[in-house]
Formats: sequence, C-alpha cells, structure tokens
Amino acid sequence: MRILGILLILLAFTTSASAETLITSLSNHRVLINSNYTGTSIAVFGAIERDAQTVARATNYDVVVTVRGPRQFLTVRKKEQWGPIWINQERQKFPQAPTYLSVLTSRPIAEITSDQLRQRQKIGLRAIIDSPDFTNERSGGVDREFREALYRIKSQEGLFLEDERGVTFLTPSIFRASIPLPATAPPGEYSVDVTLFADTVILARTTTHFELVKTGFEEQIGFVARDWSLLYGLATAAMAIFFGWLANVIFRRD
Amino acid sequence: MQIYLPIAEMPVSVLLILGMGAAVGFISGLFGIGGGFLMTPLLIFLGIPPAVAVATQSAQIVASSTTSVLGALRRDALDHKLGAILVAGGFVGSALGVWFFAAARRAGQLDLVIVISYVTLFTVVGSLMLKESIREFWTKRKGGTVRLRRHAGEHAPYLGLPLRMRFYRSKLYVSVIPILGLSLFVGFAGALLGIGGGFIVVPALLYIFRVPTTVVVGTSQFQIVCTTLVALILHAITNQAVDMVLAMLLIVGGVFGAQFGARIGRNLRAELFRFLLAILLLAVGLRFALELVVQPEDPFSITAQEVRQ
Repeated sequence: MRILGILLILLAFTTSASAETLITSLSNHRVLINSNYTGTSIAVFGAIERDAQTVARATNYDVVVTVRGPRQFLTVRKKEQWGPIWINQERQKFPQAPTYLSVLTSRPIAEITSDQLRQRQKIGLRAIIDSPDFTNERSGGVDREFREALYRIKSQEGLFLEDERGVTFLTPSIFRASIPLPATAPPGEYSVDVTLFADTVILARTTTHFELVKTGFEEQIGFVARDWSLLYGLATAAMAIFFGWLANVIFRRD
Repeated sequence: MQIYLPIAEMPVSVLLILGMGAAVGFISGLFGIGGGFLMTPLLIFLGIPPAVAVATQSAQIVASSTTSVLGALRRDALDHKLGAILVAGGFVGSALGVWFFAAARRAGQLDLVIVISYVTLFTVVGSLMLKESIREFWTKRKGGTVRLRRHAGEHAPYLGLPLRMRFYRSKLYVSVIPILGLSLFVGFAGALLGIGGGFIVVPALLYIFRVPTTVVVGTSQFQIVCTTLVALILHAITNQAVDMVLAMLLIVGGVFGAQFGARIGRNLRAELFRFLLAILLLAVGLRFALELVVQPEDPFSITAQEVRQ
C-alpha cells in the first residue's frame, strides 16, 4: 500500500512537472586556473518551454540557482572566558559543508515560495544552513549560534552569498544568471541546481556541473607536491639553499 | 600584481609578499634568528591556510639562514663544534616535540598549548634580557664596568659539570651537558611551535654561556639551517603543504632584507643589540598574551580539515 501511495504521488508530481520543461546551459564547464587567476564568473542561461496542452500561467515564473562547491569538513569553535583567559570551549562539526555556496534568485526568496517548502527542499541559503543534516551534532538553542557563526564568517569571506536579484528574465521564459566565483573559491567540482517556480510551486529542476581546475605550471606543481612529495621537498630545499648562496655571492662586499 | 599560489590555492599580491619577506628577513639577519614567529602570523593574517604558512615559511628561513651562515663562515664567526652539538641535541628534541604535538592535539587543546607556550617563552626570555640590558645601561652610566666579559676562572657551577669540552672559537671550556640540555629544549619548543628556536639559542648563548656576540649569530644560524631543512622536507612529505611559488617570493624578499639586517647588525653596539632583541621578544609575547586575555571580537572561528583526494 505504502509503495503504491508513493508511486501515485510520484506520478502526480511528474505529470504536473511535465507541463513545463527547463533547459539550462552554463557558459563554461571547465574553468582554468592559471598564474594570474583572480576569480571569475560563470553565466547560466535558461529557457522555459511549455508544451502545447498547457495554458499560459497568470503569474510569472521564478528561478532559484543554487551553486555548491566541493565539500569540506568544518569545525566551528566558540571561545569562552575561563578564568582570566579566553579559550576555545564548545564546538560543532559540519562534516559535509560546501566550500562555496551561492543562491541566486529572481525575487526575494521569501516571496517565491513558502517557508515549509523551502525548508523541505533546501531552497535558499538559510534553508540549506538550517537543515538538520547539515551538522552531525546537537540540536536546539546552542546549535543555532554555531550555524549563525558559520553563515556569518563564510559570508564575510565572500564564499556564502545570496543575491535576490541574481537571476534576470530577458523575456518571460528566458533567463540569465551570473555566478560570481571569488579567487578563494577552491578548485574542484561545483554543482549548479536550477529550480523553476510558479505560484510557490516547484515546476522543474535541473542540475549541471562545472569544474574549477588548475592548469599548466599550477597543475604540475600540485601534482608533484602530492605524488612526489620527497622530491618536491628536496627541490624546495635546494632552491632555498641556492638563493641563500646566490645572495651571499651578490652581496660579498665586506 | 597578483599571482595564484598553487598549493595555498589563492591569489596574493606579489609586492606585498616580497615586502613581507624583506621586512622579516631584515629582522632575521639583524638578530640572527629565523623570524618564523613573525612570518607565520603574518601569512595566516593574509588568509593563507595555517598549515601552508608554517610549512612554507621554513623554506624562507633556510634561504636567509644559509646566507648568514656563509657570511659567518667567511668572517670566521661560526663555532662548528658548538653548532654541531646544538644540531645533534636539536634533532632529539624535535622528535620529542613532534610526539608532544600529536598528544596535545589528541587532547583537543593544541591551540591553547601553543599560545601559552608562546606567551611564556617570549615574555620570560624577553623580560630577562630586558632586565639585563637595563642593568647594563645603568652600570655604564654610573661609570662602572660591564661584567659581561668573562674573567679567568669565573663561571657558573653548571658549566663545570663533567664532560667538559673546549670550544676555541667561542672561548669556552664548559661541560657538554648544559649545551645538550639547551639544544634539546630548543628542538622541542621548535617542533611544538613550528619555529627555528633562534630566539632561545641567541640569548642562551649570550647570557648563560657568555659566547661573544659575533659568534652567537653565526652559530645560531647554523643550527637554524639544519633543523629547518629537516622540518621543511618533513612538512613537504607529511602535510604536502609547502607552496613553492610562495616560498620563492618570500625567499627573494627575505635574502635582500637579511643582507641589510646583517650589515646593520654588525655595526650595532652589543648592548643596543640585546636591548632591541629583548623589546622585540617582549612585544611578540605581549601580543599573544593580549590575544589570550582580551575578549575576542568574534568568539567563533572556523577550521577546515584538509581533505585532499
């Protein structure tokens, strides 16, 4: 019975979603980092196609673009006064936190859909950070503080951001968004989720990926440092000694 | 001008790093210390991951200290025998330090151990030196003679322990035991705090063993080159956190700075030299103490566990 129920719900969901199809494309699937890389931005283009049977909607479409960077194990610590000194006391772990997280929307997220749906579907920066599976420890009042701190610090670093004017509709069914990637966003695999809304309901969803990779010299260095670490260490040491010797030769005037 | 650091995985301003290298190199050359305790916080402040900062600045220390050692060799301002004993004891101390480091990390209070060690070491060494300097200035003003020069047959009791050795260049005839003890302690503290330990060796040789100032700098730099070389290679193997591009920039800035520092250091009066070093150490110690005592602006901090696949 239960499986049948789920199937029915799924069926209902797919039929309702099939009225609109979402087609998205990224300007770049492979961003190359070279020695003068100082961050970049990636454009997302999207078109909404309505099949012949569906009538035009009375309300406009809304789009939410969520970009997640490679995962990282983060620990947030809190300093508390202990006698005369301040030391780290409590901490909370976030084992699967994205290194980069941005949410671009066509309107303020609260206007797009209900609070409940946002929490359930993890739509919006706050919903992602507040979701129960974001951390593996604790819950309740103290927990809030740590999530808040994570959000605040990462936002200051420009790695977590939400832009409620980030998605622009060029025509009622074609939109564009620009994902800002600061230079501190680490190399790795990034996922781009595009969710289409109308009248607070999710109509369609797509996921694409792009990759931020080091190239040329930067890639070589990374490779040697990882796979030939002894050689790399010796080479760095030799370089240091050589420069020390060179300086001594150059400045030999006493 | 910005350049992307392949291991730190972020861009930095070339001129800023060159300037920092020069400034720290200057102080390093002036006092015969590595300067790691100044460079590491500066790099972390720029946003470079702590592991990369600690590992990479050791390359700069190797370079600037190599220059100093070569210079000292030429001026015959290096005591090989004393240096070799310092290095040997230093390696054993380092091994103990690495072990203690891991133990403190398991206990979860590594940060606290490091900050408290910094505060204690720097304020204690700094204030002892400052006290000595002020007394020196005072005696000089009153027209008395400074008793830093050794008198024949006069020495502290611990220098007369068994296993006495003659160090010609340092004009010393002392027991090896206190020297080995010093080098063990320096190696231990160095491994624990990620520093060369020059700031302990220099005052110890000056005040405890009364080694002439000119020889102190060369010998301390010799000890620093050896221990930091080992640290650099170990960091490259275990943490893969040495950034060659960053190292290169720091080195280029550092060797120039160190040259000018060493030149000025040679013309500095010995009392002034000790006074300035005391002030520097005290200032660093107080800075760390302040960090411990003053209410932090943001009580929260984030640390990332490096997961490299």
